[in-house]
Amino acid sequence: MEPKIIDFEQGWDYIETGITALKRHSESLPVPKFTLEQYCDLYTAVYKMCVQKSPYDFSSQLYQKCCETMEEYMNSTVLPALNEKLGDEYMLLRELVERWSNYKVLVRALSHIFFYLQRFFIVRESLPSIETVGMGYFRDLVYNKLQSKVREAVLALVDKEREGEDIDRKVTKRVLEFYIEIGMERYEQDFESFMLKDTASYYSRKASSWIQEDDSINDYIFKSEQCLQKEKERVSHYLHFSSEPKLVKVVEHELFVVHENQILEKTHAEKQIGLGPLAKIFKQHVEDTTINAKEQVLIRKVIELHEVYMVTECFQSHTLFHKDLKRAVAGSDALLATFCDRIILKKWGSEELSEEDIEKVVMFLAYISDEKDIFAEFYRKKLALRLLLNRGVSDDHERSILTKLKQQNRGQFTFKMERMINDLTLSRENQNSFKEYVAKPGIGLTVTVLTSGIWPSYKTFGINLPNEMVKCVEVFKEFYETKTKGRKLTWIHSLGTCHVNGKFDQKSIELIVSTHQAVVLLLFNTKDKLSYNDIQTQLNVGHEDLVWLLYSLSCGKYKILIKEPATETVSRTDVFEFNSKFTARMCRVKIPLPHVNDKKKVIEDVDKDRRYAIDATIVRIMKGKKALGLQQLVSECVQQLNQMFKPDIKTIKMRIEDLITRDYLERDRENPNMFRYLA
Amino acid sequence: MRRSAASKKKSDSITTSTTDLFRSASSKATTKEMDRIDHLFNQYANISSNLIDPEGIEELCSNLEVSHTDIRILMLAWKMKAEKQGYFTQEEWRRGLKALRADTINKLKKALPELEKEVRRQSNFADFYAYAFRYCLTEEKQKSIDIETICQLLDIVMGSTFRAQVDYFVEYLKIQNDYKVINMDQWMGFYRFCNEISFPEMTEYNPELAWPLVLDSFVEWISEKEA
Repeated sequence: MEPKIIDFEQGWDYIETGITALKRHSESLPVPKFTLEQYCDLYTAVYKMCVQKSPYDFSSQLYQKCCETMEEYMNSTVLPALNEKLGDEYMLLRELVERWSNYKVLVRALSHIFFYLQRFFIVRESLPSIETVGMGYFRDLVYNKLQSKVREAVLALVDKEREGEDIDRKVTKRVLEFYIEIGMERYEQDFESFMLKDTASYYSRKASSWIQEDDSINDYIFKSEQCLQKEKERVSHYLHFSSEPKLVKVVEHELFVVHENQILEKTHAEKQIGLGPLAKIFKQHVEDTTINAKEQVLIRKVIELHEVYMVTECFQSHTLFHKDLKRAVAGSDALLATFCDRIILKKWGSEELSEEDIEKVVMFLAYISDEKDIFAEFYRKKLALRLLLNRGVSDDHERSILTKLKQQNRGQFTFKMERMINDLTLSRENQNSFKEYVAKPGIGLTVTVLTSGIWPSYKTFGINLPNEMVKCVEVFKEFYETKTKGRKLTWIHSLGTCHVNGKFDQKSIELIVSTHQAVVLLLFNTKDKLSYNDIQTQLNVGHEDLVWLLYSLSCGKYKILIKEPATETVSRTDVFEFNSKFTARMCRVKIPLPHVNDKKKVIEDVDKDRRYAIDATIVRIMKGKKALGLQQLVSECVQQLNQMFKPDIKTIKMRIEDLITRDYLERDRENPNMFRYLA
Repeated sequence: MRRSAASKKKSDSITTSTTDLFRSASSKATTKEMDRIDHLFNQYANISSNLIDPEGIEELCSNLEVSHTDIRILMLAWKMKAEKQGYFTQEEWRRGLKALRADTINKLKKALPELEKEVRRQSNFADFYAYAFRYCLTEEKQKSIDIETICQLLDIVMGSTFRAQVDYFVEYLKIQNDYKVINMDQWMGFYRFCNEISFPEMTEYNPELAWPLVLDSFVEWISEKEA
């Protein structure tokens, strides 16, 4: 027997009655409780109306009606209620919070009732879900209209609280939760950015007056610390947690950095070692990449602190200092390592630091770094570039720094780096032998051999070398095989440097370029003009890499090649010509290659290493214990890896699951919380 | 078009001792039963491969009046200990139908409710649940199943008993990006979840225990939705 067909009008009437009851229920009006049975009835009604065969399949009409219901509710109930309260800021906030909450209840109930639509019709037609549509109405009709008024109201409350008054924190919190639910970018752009500006001007005023008034630096520091504390509490009471670092930065900037000269002077005059403020000032400068005179003062201070706190046995202050500073620089490991690089290269203003000073600073920075393996990785990469590009730092100095770092940090911290320096020494010896081997000069070739795995991995791409270079490569290969057996050489042309003589009309200029760039330039020895395609065919280089090379030679500061047409980018239809008119003031010019930001890659590499480390640790532990519960496995794991980084339980769980898939472990049959080692 | 079922033959009356009677009758009956089972097999099997292939199963389902995505077909496969999804070998067929004491289509149809009861017994269901997963592994070294198939499988296997959990989990699996496949451990984890954790309150759920991560994320997702 066929089930009876429900016609749309009838069906919708029934559903609408239910919805009306729901609306009243969502507003907590006195109605009989909306029962589970009523829900089921409505759900079933929807279901039936959707599974009826065409033309009685009313999915589309139901969706339409549901959306209209929500919109109508907004216009007839929500908006008028809010408009009524526009006069009183505080009442507006309260009304908003309540209406929002009720509306969500209604939308959720509707999406449950119409859930069948969600599973099939909505998915099939790629339509927005009922919740999305509902939220959209609230956003468009309420939020967009009222949000600036709401924001003003909230900021007024915040300032009141700063001045010591009690405010309704609960309502404030719920208002901000509302912003966040509309969307994080809305919270950030429509509220947070204004809040931060407001905060900055508030503390700017306070800082100026306190600096004038306070006699002792300690009083100033005390007041400032209190303010910071209160701001952090504010975050926990009603702001979103992601606002905390931004807020802290703004406050610290106004209280410490803006007046840092005075602070540092007072600190020095009173012979106080102001830990907190110094750490904060230091941190803000580390994040700022320009070098200026203030930095030098800081470095001096850092060195002093280092003497006092690391050399002497001052336990109590030691731990306080340690904690303070670590908190201040958390997350800046990459920056700390970069800072080290700058210091070591002595790229200063006028004052030069002694090598001893440099060592102290590097050790200090390594000491305060939080995730030592990230710091080490960045340091290693910078060291590699210093060594390979020969930027005028002595090997002995680098070795000396490494020795000190090794003493300070146990484990594998400096292992690879020491070997890198050894590689270089070895290469230099080799180079002398090579010169003897070659006897007659061709192109002057200097080769540095890097042991793979010790040095950071470098990307390179293949290129068809000109004959002269091919010969050089072969000769070196022969030579190298006389010295060692069974080793494979891979040429990293991307790191190679060539000195190419350019015979230009006005004068000859020596061009310092990468090997790849040199190969491109040498093509123009036989022909003055070459098309992109000509070059690509002759060199057999991929499109992206070739564009990058040609760009550096024709679109940068020094145009060795003229590009037709002279647009900003390189395309496959371009033609290149030797620029005989090129000239420069100097007789030697370096043509740089645009740099690729590799911070992301370093973090990826460290993450990979960490995964291997966690895997190895888990297997080691399980091999020993045979069977272990999750909690114990996690705590043992954390303990063993604690030196270099702190793995979290989620990552460890992920690795365990991976090891289960790879048949290293299995879950115990009886106790699902326990794992067994599979031999 | 219905295929005709084998007709029953009445056994002749016998005059020898009861045990002998019984034994000879039952062994005759057994052989006859096996014949009928084989006969039934041949009606659905592919002649060249001597297997019941997907087409044959489709036909079988039609005759049994169940959809081929019905859980009872999966239960039948379980009873047969069928190894390859979509196919029944003669041995498997014999094994299953003998155990169910069904040698005609009608008897098989009648045996299904009983079979369902048997499978749903607590002691059996976990085994059946694990079997369902393995049954869907088609390739040689395959250890995981893609999300789409998992969603269908969950619906079939657990849809009637844990509707809400299945609906929510399926929705989650479709939205998330972390997992493209589900392995046996995660599959069994979901079963434990349905049985041990109240839904949708989930107050007993503790992510610090060894629940598979996919369930931790699932629970987190629900809490964020409800918040």
